[in-house]
Amino acid sequence: VNFGSNGARRVGGGSTRQDRCACACQGRDLEPEVASGRGTVWSFTVNRHKWSPGLEPPYVLAEVELEEQSGLRLLTSIIDCDDVRIGMPVHVRFEQAGDAWVPVFGP
Amino acid sequence: VKAESAALISGLGSSDVGRRLHRDPLLLTADAALAAIADAGLERHDIDGLSTYPGAIGSTPGITGAGIDDVRTLLGLDLRWHTGGLELAGQLGSIANAVLAVAGGLATHILCFRSVWESTAQVEAGDRSSIVARSQRREVRSGQPYGVGYATYGALAMQRYMHESGATREQFAQARRRQSGERRPEPRRRVSRPPDGRRLPRARMISDPLCLFDCDVPVDGAVAFVVSRADSSAVHRRRALRIEALGTASGFQASADMLWSRTDLKPSDVDVAEIYDGFTIYSVRWLEALSLTPRNETGPFIEDGRRISLDGELPISTGGGQLSAGRLHGYGALLEACIQPAAGRRHPSGAGDRPRSRAVSSGAESFTSCLLLTR
Repeated sequence: VNFGSNGARRVGGGSTRQDRCACACQGRDLEPEVASGRGTVWSFTVNRHKWSPGLEPPYVLAEVELEEQSGLRLLTSIIDCDDVRIGMPVHVRFEQAGDAWVPVFGP
Repeated sequence: VKAESAALISGLGSSDVGRRLHRDPLLLTADAALAAIADAGLERHDIDGLSTYPGAIGSTPGITGAGIDDVRTLLGLDLRWHTGGLELAGQLGSIANAVLAVAGGLATHILCFRSVWESTAQVEAGDRSSIVARSQRREVRSGQPYGVGYATYGALAMQRYMHESGATREQFAQARRRQSGERRPEPRRRVSRPPDGRRLPRARMISDPLCLFDCDVPVDGAVAFVVSRADSSAVHRRRALRIEALGTASGFQASADMLWSRTDLKPSDVDVAEIYDGFTIYSVRWLEALSLTPRNETGPFIEDGRRISLDGELPISTGGGQLSAGRLHGYGALLEACIQPAAGRRHPSGAGDRPRSRAVSSGAESFTSCLLLTR
């Protein structure tokens, strides 16, 4: 999964899609692919430890399973939600972090 | 002929292990190495191989106390073979590598070591969380915009497991409440007190549902083993431990499946399990992967602590594990598997005709390995 740059609103899932995977079909035409941005919360945690200087806890981190493929999971943040649950449908939005846009998810 | 039958664990040794020892990690390593060589009945010049995890490769402060060349020069060794690295099959992948090297005839007596000085190093360099922001490792960097730390992975795995199995935090806390090993010849000091019913609710939450008690404890210390060719005349055969089977596949389940595919022994033949417990959830994952507890039923199995105590049916992490005795990174578990005299209730001495065996595991996620040991 590639992060879009310059504000491009996309999550590329090409390199992990089974039908394009080099290990399965020996294809060489790997490229980012636009994903729907929809998924479900596979697991989540309310982080309470300060890991990064600029990020004040608490905040919610999660593994989100993208709807394109079972087992295709993204480590990300959950925002705008006080009651995160496993299995909850979420969709992507992008936040600017320095010169990159990173995908985060919310209801 | 499988590689395992060509090798024996012929000696073991440990340095002092504790919090903030403020001792040179090279000297801790030398203490463990010389003790292991002497325990094997060997001299330094008998050692012709070295194997370690990770060696002189830094990631976080104090995570490695000595590299291959440090030990070679420190002990004045003439080596025919050596290896180290961060991408081994778990920390005990360094033992698996040594087994392969003696089985392949590249060396006869291989000194395997793991040394850490995280507790002292963190006094000066800061703890792991301060390192996350500076790390160059790809998997750490990719989590930076989100504020991901090491404990995040343990917390996500624990939450998912509790969701699927119905296990509770109180049950998890039991994995840490173990016998202190009073029957052991040299009890290792606990560096952290296990939580009781009153302390758990007050425990500092790191990343829900994971609390401080679910995290292993950084320590200073070194552990070493000698892996020898089984046909070496120098080995005390009666004292040496046999390696019945190895699992080096990537992932808890794949590694455990590989181990059981290489032996006729069954999970019911295991009388002590020294499993990797960097986070509590990892010990649960290993127990289930090794088929030592039923899938999604480890919570009730460990609930009151009796079954996993020294007198229970399956003693686990009898030395306190990394959660209580400190992060010796797989090598503490292997040391305990080699020296723990108690056998649990499953196989009282003299009962049955099957060999008693001990399961040891190391690592997590995709860097995993496990061993089955017999006398």
